[in-house]
Amino acid sequence: MNWIFEPWPWYFSGPMIAFIMFLLIMVGKNFGMSSNLRTLCTICGAGNKSDFFKFDWKSQKWNLIVVIGTIIGGFIGSYFLNADTAVTINSDTISNLKSLGFESAGTAYLPTELFDNGALLSIKNVFVLVIGGLLIGFGARYAGGCTSGHAISGLSNLQLPSLIAVIGFFIGGLTMIHFIFPIIF
Amino acid sequence: MRTLIYLFIGILLGITMFKSEAASWFRIYEMFKFESFHMYGIIGSALVTGIIVIKLIKIFKIKSLYGKRISFNPKEKSFSRYMFGGIIFGLGWALAGACPGPMFTLVGAGYFPIFIVIIASLFGTFLYGLLKKKLPH
Repeated sequence: MNWIFEPWPWYFSGPMIAFIMFLLIMVGKNFGMSSNLRTLCTICGAGNKSDFFKFDWKSQKWNLIVVIGTIIGGFIGSYFLNADTAVTINSDTISNLKSLGFESAGTAYLPTELFDNGALLSIKNVFVLVIGGLLIGFGARYAGGCTSGHAISGLSNLQLPSLIAVIGFFIGGLTMIHFIFPIIF
Repeated sequence: MRTLIYLFIGILLGITMFKSEAASWFRIYEMFKFESFHMYGIIGSALVTGIIVIKLIKIFKIKSLYGKRISFNPKEKSFSRYMFGGIIFGLGWALAGACPGPMFTLVGAGYFPIFIVIIASLFGTFLYGLLKKKLPH
């Protein structure tokens, strides 16, 4: 049972994600996490400002329960099933990140420079997290789905729109890492 | 009972996202740098398994656990919304190093600054709702 405490290899994690999609299909639902953001907007009363948020959010309650589970799962994964949180990324990536100022590369799960509570004292860090979140929320809804809805569910069902979206994800991601990161960090 | 099933599926997802390191900012960065196979292996093997699973469900007309017919809704045909929306999402995914599943996983793992990303993503979603009619779809 020691393997469960080690980082899971890709060939176990990938099929596991497909299995989660399968479970959701078998209970008559679908795998898509970003639609929860719309549901939460509706619950907060966004329907008063835009028709896009006028829908019966209770029909999406099941997905919010999945979200609660995801939070609990993150807790279990990090506190009970984990020996070492350091993510052993490629040594070239580590030295590259260090040159950008991310000294925690190779020693932590998330960069402490961005995700330690103390990091919130820096306006620049808060700005990075806010812009990141805004783009994620806006883009996911514009594209009609995120990694789970398009890259996993949509592509598994061989949907061309999902392929276009995933190509878009990579154009955006590569642009951010290769062209915008050197400017911000 | 159904609530418990959804909760269980979510817990499984949360553990998988954390333990696979797909919820790690570093893994996302490394993926876009093409310096590791890890993330491509996860997405690729999830896809191969997923394609087979959905094909089998269709071929054998497997019914859901509640005895209902399983239908897959084809996505609306369009180019611009998927391409432009995708690019915007990708920019955010790479910057925050998390997508809408792992975001919540990280709350459970105790990284509180992720709340800023979540709240901002709610605003992003809200902004899309306001601008929807003006955007090319």
